[in-house]
Amino acid sequence: MTAFIIRRFLGMIAVLFAVSILVFLIFIIVPGGDPASRIAGKHPTPQNVVNIKKKWGFDKPFYVQYYEMMRKVGTGLLPGNHSQYDVLRSFDDQTNVVHEIKKGMPATFSLTIGAGLIWLFWGVMVGVLSAITAGRWADRMITTVALVGISMPVFWLGIITRYFLAEKPSHPWFPDGGYVPLTASPWEWYKHLILPWFVLAVLFIGFYGRVLRSNILDTINEDYVRTARAKGLTPRRVLAKHVLRNSLIPVVTLFGLDFAAVLGGGAILTETVFELHGVGFYAAERVGALDLPPIMGVTLYGAFFIVLFSAIIDVLYAFLDPRIRPA
Amino acid sequence: MAEPATDFTLDTAQVLAEEEHGASIVGRSPWYLAWRRLRRNYIAFIALFVFVVIAVACSLAPIYAHHIAHTAPNATHTEDIVNGKQVLSAPVIGTDAQGNVVVEKAGGVLGPTWWHAHGRFVLGADGLGRDVAVRLLYGGLNSLKIGIGSALICVMVAVLLALLAGFYGGWVDWIITRSFDLIWAFPVLLLAIALGSALSINGFHHFGISISPHSLWIPTLVISYVYVPYVGRPLRGQILSLREKEFIEAAIGQGASPLRIMFSDLLPNVASTALVFFTLIIANNILTEAGLSFLGAGVQPPNPSWGTVIQEGQERIISAPWLTLAPGIAIVLTVLSLNIFGDGLRDALDPRAKVRVEH
Repeated sequence: MTAFIIRRFLGMIAVLFAVSILVFLIFIIVPGGDPASRIAGKHPTPQNVVNIKKKWGFDKPFYVQYYEMMRKVGTGLLPGNHSQYDVLRSFDDQTNVVHEIKKGMPATFSLTIGAGLIWLFWGVMVGVLSAITAGRWADRMITTVALVGISMPVFWLGIITRYFLAEKPSHPWFPDGGYVPLTASPWEWYKHLILPWFVLAVLFIGFYGRVLRSNILDTINEDYVRTARAKGLTPRRVLAKHVLRNSLIPVVTLFGLDFAAVLGGGAILTETVFELHGVGFYAAERVGALDLPPIMGVTLYGAFFIVLFSAIIDVLYAFLDPRIRPA
Repeated sequence: MAEPATDFTLDTAQVLAEEEHGASIVGRSPWYLAWRRLRRNYIAFIALFVFVVIAVACSLAPIYAHHIAHTAPNATHTEDIVNGKQVLSAPVIGTDAQGNVVVEKAGGVLGPTWWHAHGRFVLGADGLGRDVAVRLLYGGLNSLKIGIGSALICVMVAVLLALLAGFYGGWVDWIITRSFDLIWAFPVLLLAIALGSALSINGFHHFGISISPHSLWIPTLVISYVYVPYVGRPLRGQILSLREKEFIEAAIGQGASPLRIMFSDLLPNVASTALVFFTLIIANNILTEAGLSFLGAGVQPPNPSWGTVIQEGQERIISAPWLTLAPGIAIVLTVLSLNIFGDGLRDALDPRAKVRVEH
């Protein structure tokens, strides 16, 4: 078991290495052109460009640039103040990317944890309710609503709920966007987040509900479920103890990965629409300026969470299910 | 009923059926059986009809929109005047030109005229005085081009990779699954934004391919790239299990070439899955395109797409909510109809299949 865990986490490091190379290729090699002339502004002197090239290291071979980039990400993570030119910086205003990401983390974590609890609970509710009423009108209604939920662009849903519930009414139900830190005022924190939580959760609720519904309907026909019924268990007990335990496995996997993606800045649209100054908002803000280092930093940060969570899920499974455990 | 003359075997089934019912057994392909199941699903057909209407309306926009709205998608009409019956084009001469200016000095914009201005500004104007209805049609054309194009590329590449990985196994499989894992390790939208914004700086000029930064190919290729593993992984799994079946062993025994086994033995067996994936992933890609364009990493302005139209309308949501509502409703209708039809198609092709598109 220990060997499995060690191997899984070594694999994780290998994937992260590959991820960092891919990110480096996307941002340094793919765009072509000269990043130095972009940094230098609209009317740079040739000397200016040469100086910037030297200072930022664009004159070095690409493997040196890669090494420098990763070293900067590493030093950026260390606590304490950083000298201005030893960290991953924005092309635009030369701010410390790692620092900015750290600043966005409280908002992103608040959004993710709240929304995650909501979508897991309601997703399971939708799936179970539609499965036990399968074929009846309640099932049809729930599955239709779930389908509409997954067919809506999340940012559009955010814009219109914000408009109808926070901007248009003379006595708005909710505050109009923004993020208040939990430490500043727990009540304001909650009031500002409740709308984003539900908007972000809608897509996942619909999606998990559909997945769980079809899993339950598949599991219900298994022999062991018939045996459980035959020995006289109540339908409720069969569902909770025998059917759900197995049907929930794929949902738990999905939840781990989706949760990681949102934690890693994947809720970029929701954060933008509600002006939650989180990690995704930071990336979105820099897309307009085509400022690559912040987007690169956030992409690396997001990939880190997904890789970490998928390793954790694998290890958890190995604990829970001996069949998955490798010999 | 008289006792049948012979025992029931596969060879005598035809004769027996003719004796008993006076009809011969008609050979029915799986596709025909699926079509029979689909035919009964009226809701799926209504959904398909809605999608076709939207697709036709958008794709014919370059032909008819100009004759009705008398404007192009990117043309601005800030100073035109609408007086209830008609729209007077700027510069308006004379003093009898009364009515509402399309874009007021204070920033208010013209609301929907429905049909009062004879087809002009049916859904109102945006902040630059452009006709929203026309932009919506052209934007829909771009969104559908990207959605369908990227779904086509994505499914074709995924099928090809899955065939190679599943048939050859070994190191080919290793490389392909590892590269799927690599893409899988990113949050989808972030990877798409990263690629989209990196490519919209200078376009793409490598390997002898040259794409300009404003080309629709950039969002199309970016979206198809990020979803390849989501389609490729399940297909590879199917092919791996098909690979162990006797008919493949028989084909290898007969000396069929790898190409022939892949394309005429394996491919038909995963074609229905690929078809369902194709339908559902168009819906998914339209949503992704809207998100990318909304953030500025997809279709580049002034080119319209449903995502950019929402983004442009969002600033004026208080004074002109229709600018945001109209494109959003267009997206929801399109995506919903594709999802409903895709579900129907899946149920018809394989009632027990587990094809899902993850967001």
